[in-house]
Amino acid sequence: MPVITYRDAIHDALREALIKDDRVFIMGEDIGPYGGSYAVTKGFIDEFGPQRIIDTPIAESGFVGAGVGAAINGMRPIVEIMTINFSLLALDQIVNNAAKIRSMSGGQVKIPLIVRTVSGGGNQLAATHSQSLEHWYATVPGLKVVCPSTPYDIKGLFRASMKEENPILFVEHSLLYRSRGEVPEGDYTVPIGLSDVKRQGKDVTLVSYSRMVHVALSAAEKLAQEGIDCEVVDLRTLRPLDSNTVVKSVMKTNRAVLIEETWKSGGFMAEVASRIYEEAFDYLDGPVKRIAGKEVPLPYARNLELAAMPSEAEVLQAVHDLMGR
Amino acid sequence: MATKQIAVDKQQLMEFYRQMALIRRFEDMCAEKYAEGKIGGFVHLYVGEEAVAVGAFSALEPRDLIMTHYRDHGHAIARGVDTKKMMAELLGKSTGTSKGKGGSMHIFDASKGFLGGYAIVAAMLPMAVGLAMGAKFKKDGSIVVCIFGDGAMQEGEYHESMLLASLWNLPVLFLLENNGYGMGVSLENSYPLKELYKTAAAYNVEAAPVDGMDVEGMRQGMLKAVEYVRSGKGPYLLEATCYRFKGHSMADPMSYRTRAEEEFWKKKDPIASFKRRLIAANLTTEADIQKIEAAVEKEVQDAAKFAEESPAPDVKDLYTDIYVE
Repeated sequence: MPVITYRDAIHDALREALIKDDRVFIMGEDIGPYGGSYAVTKGFIDEFGPQRIIDTPIAESGFVGAGVGAAINGMRPIVEIMTINFSLLALDQIVNNAAKIRSMSGGQVKIPLIVRTVSGGGNQLAATHSQSLEHWYATVPGLKVVCPSTPYDIKGLFRASMKEENPILFVEHSLLYRSRGEVPEGDYTVPIGLSDVKRQGKDVTLVSYSRMVHVALSAAEKLAQEGIDCEVVDLRTLRPLDSNTVVKSVMKTNRAVLIEETWKSGGFMAEVASRIYEEAFDYLDGPVKRIAGKEVPLPYARNLELAAMPSEAEVLQAVHDLMGR
Repeated sequence: MATKQIAVDKQQLMEFYRQMALIRRFEDMCAEKYAEGKIGGFVHLYVGEEAVAVGAFSALEPRDLIMTHYRDHGHAIARGVDTKKMMAELLGKSTGTSKGKGGSMHIFDASKGFLGGYAIVAAMLPMAVGLAMGAKFKKDGSIVVCIFGDGAMQEGEYHESMLLASLWNLPVLFLLENNGYGMGVSLENSYPLKELYKTAAAYNVEAAPVDGMDVEGMRQGMLKAVEYVRSGKGPYLLEATCYRFKGHSMADPMSYRTRAEEEFWKKKDPIASFKRRLIAANLTTEADIQKIEAAVEKEVQDAAKFAEESPAPDVKDLYTDIYVE
């Protein structure tokens, strides 16, 4: 099976969508000749032209709202918001319009819109360019929130998103674009709303999504050398949330460590922990542990940034605590 | 030929009268039902502004698309949305335009290209830009009309939308209803410009003012704007000066404006003044007007009866129409 990068996987999936359906167009900041802030749309302007690869002014609310309107009027817009931090300027369009119009219209209107954006810290981009805010959007009924962690998942989840007629926030991670993985050449999809067991184990369940899946997997490898067998669950989509896979895993391992990049207070894993307590309380051998970002605006200095972000060492510590080692 | 031309015009003028009278009576009925506690939430009446919607929409074609703000009853009626379904929506019934899920501020009838009232000020403007992207792509000759108030001009979304529509030369007609107040704050206390259409110059958008209290003048101004937009020349801003005879919503004490000012504007009542003109020009008689009024009364009574007798939504439909399954 070919091994490609996360960037190439989403690039290929977008290209495929543009080729398949002429109602598909992409708009966003610097996606044309610049090729996208993370080089995902590189070459598209030459292949598909400026009618379908539309560089927008720096007007997030304007162009995200335009995406909603174009979707209502029969198009298949893919809107790129350079990073999730800038999505705050389009919050009204995403939360008040995209998520609600189907309900407010009594089902008369469809919004087949994909909003692609980039989440996460770790690039020393300081407080306003390093946030993970996808969990905010995941609280909103009417939206679907997708957070792929691997090249295989990003391509499969994007294809599944293109088959949807609902507004989807498709959240990529800035530090994953160069990561590599196996991606089959043929057509496949990864269903939205299905968590994935990325590593089987029997002692502790590590739950995460996006880049933190890789932190969990790396921790699991180290723990395996000590004889601790971790199961790693990748949520893959935050809404709809497949908590069954998590609960089943916890019923088997009796221990859970939840890992996410955003702040702990009100983080998405608070929801996951709550589901574990509600549905698998009697199976737990100890409290559900949570590893998350520290409660600070992400600082610039490298050592401070690293200290503020969740680390593999913290995961190892949490597992050791739960195992009584 | 000349006689025939007058005959056609007369029929249209009487239809203008009927629509304006219908809006006025419908709104009065809304006030009654609100007072009886049968309509909940916010109700924003269109009384006094009838000539804007009726004159403007007479210049449109069935293929055209409309988005508007939360003071949307008059627009929906002028577009021919069923008053029974509208009143049922206001009373929160399953037979309503949105099956009771939208209410007064969110009237939709996609079959008539009436794509909703929106209750976040200016939120529909970027979406109208997107609708126009779809119209331009489909080359179906349709145009988009987006109605908003002077309050919406204060939002960034207005400016972003003018920017995008102009930059991309889109078939969208921005119809500004300047009624002088954003809720209770007067225009002079919220905008450093009296002639709001002049803001269009900053975006290289064609614009004109029109008297929104005069239904025929409204139609003329709109015909010119529609022709401009439909011919592919780009967006157009039409500023209709008008006045809200009632408060912002039913909850408004109207402490922010003088009774003298209200009297000044009521002398320009778009319905009464139009009637005087029709009779003076021998285009109608008091008896014909009475016939129209009686038909309007019957339609509104029927709408109220239909709404009252309709069932509330079934609670089992709480989860329907959130997503396209």
